[in-house]
Amino acid sequence: MTRYLSLYFTRIGFSVATALLGAVFALPLIWFIFAPFNPRAELGLAVPDPFSLANFETVFQNAFALRGLWNSLIQSVGGVILVGAGATLASYALSRSPIRGKNVITYILLLFSSVVSGSAAMVPIFLIVNGMGLIDTHIAVILVFAGGLLPTAMFILRDFIDGIPKSYEESAMVAGASPVQAFFDVALPVIRPGVVVVVVWAFVNIWGSFLIPFILLRSSEKMPASVAIYSFYSEAGTPIVTLLAAYSLLYSLPVIVLYLFVSWKFGFRFFGGIKA
Amino acid sequence: MRQFSLLSRTAGAAFLAPAGVLIGAFVIAPFFWVIYVSFTNRTLLGRTALNPEFVGLGNYFSLFDAASFFTRGEFGFSLILTVQFVLFSALAGQAVLGMLLAWMLQSVPKSLKRLTEMVVIAAWILPEVVIAFAWFAFLDYDDGTLNMIMEALGLPRGDWLLSFPFWVIVVFNTWRGTAFSMMLFNSAFSSIPPSYFQAADVAGATSWQKFRDIGLPLIRGHVVTDLILITMWTFNVFTPFLLTAGGPSFRTEILSIYTYRVAFRDFEFGKGAAVGVIIMLINLVFALFYLWVTRRRAARVAA
Repeated sequence: MTRYLSLYFTRIGFSVATALLGAVFALPLIWFIFAPFNPRAELGLAVPDPFSLANFETVFQNAFALRGLWNSLIQSVGGVILVGAGATLASYALSRSPIRGKNVITYILLLFSSVVSGSAAMVPIFLIVNGMGLIDTHIAVILVFAGGLLPTAMFILRDFIDGIPKSYEESAMVAGASPVQAFFDVALPVIRPGVVVVVVWAFVNIWGSFLIPFILLRSSEKMPASVAIYSFYSEAGTPIVTLLAAYSLLYSLPVIVLYLFVSWKFGFRFFGGIKA
Repeated sequence: MRQFSLLSRTAGAAFLAPAGVLIGAFVIAPFFWVIYVSFTNRTLLGRTALNPEFVGLGNYFSLFDAASFFTRGEFGFSLILTVQFVLFSALAGQAVLGMLLAWMLQSVPKSLKRLTEMVVIAAWILPEVVIAFAWFAFLDYDDGTLNMIMEALGLPRGDWLLSFPFWVIVVFNTWRGTAFSMMLFNSAFSSIPPSYFQAADVAGATSWQKFRDIGLPLIRGHVVTDLILITMWTFNVFTPFLLTAGGPSFRTEILSIYTYRVAFRDFEFGKGAAVGVIIMLINLVFALFYLWVTRRRAARVAA
């Protein structure tokens, strides 16, 4: 009897402690939940009365803010296309072709990509982009992200393709398909879930990034939303809180939606393995 | 019999080419180039921008200059600050808090579990700029939520970013990154057969005893993985810049921010590159250690 009582009390104790800890974790975000809907928002915590979408209207009237979102979209979509296409082709080759030392290649690339981090590589990346004459272009941001994210993307996808039996493509080739046809018509549709994972992962990474566009871009017309938000609150004397709160929420939306999509589609645990 | 393969060697090479070019240009080339630049006095503007001179180990000597090594705003100060930052925010903060949460989440009601996970994960997935801005508001002296709470508790207000900048970024990074450790430990704990814990319950073990004698020993491998990964990430993280920009007076200038300032504020690319090389060497040690641990584990599983 005492045994069950003590189990019961442990459970209650843990529940209370968990709820407290969860509440502490939520504190810094509570303001951010209310402020976007409060037309009189300041840095203080206040429940909007009434809830209003006026702040979002302000955002949609601000050309600089909208352009930031648009630039984020250009850079993320561009990067995602390169990462998705490049990683699919490369990991398929690593999985299915007789190239020697495939495992070594995969591991060395992975090693390079984890050693050459943003903080270590900002100088040479800047110099290389500068040498190519691409400073202050979207394509520079896209290329740098594609290169940086590809090794991990290839690693994830290769694992996925290795798990698919070769007999799919083999039977297509027995029926007379060329290797390229076998890839596009048979293998690709089967690989697609893996490509979706890689694409979502790459998108979230590029969309949320700050450092790379911050050092590679100069003109305000090309800044993605992340840099725009930073300049809104760091440079202006007093930030326009109402605009900024709504803008930050809009900018966060794709990440939240994709997170919900992934956790609905692949389960929760999966996302844990794929961020960064 | 000739071995049959789906892609010929040429086709394989062609498939690898696009990724190879991109990785070559933006990962491998920077790796070697940063080493080269670290031996020059390259700057952004002026004479040495186009014709940098070879200065040998000059940049490294200036980083490790004994006279100013520990001075604020110098390399040594920043390195030690970064080590403290990793110790407090990743190892003591994220890993311990993540472990505590993961363990408690095993025995709380489902709805509470889901709610807590949602909040902790939100801190982790939202873009860093948004998080930094939310903390900016949270810590504001006049209106911030934190000072509001302090006042409600009868405690004095604090000007947190000015008075305790280092502890702010420690708490900030703990808060931001705990989700990863929590999720990793969570899935590790749930892979332990429940019968182990039920047997311990029958024997009347307390939760602490179950954790110490069953839970922790069985997920030891995951703990090692977690510690290496979060150490590496925290060592390289740039996010505190968004909150403090390294200040006030260099008190939060961890290595990533130091590199940024030397290279892009003072425009000393050679010196910035030298810091980059040191960061890469440290990263390499962590990465090789990680590979060694995972391979040894894989070998043990196979044996």
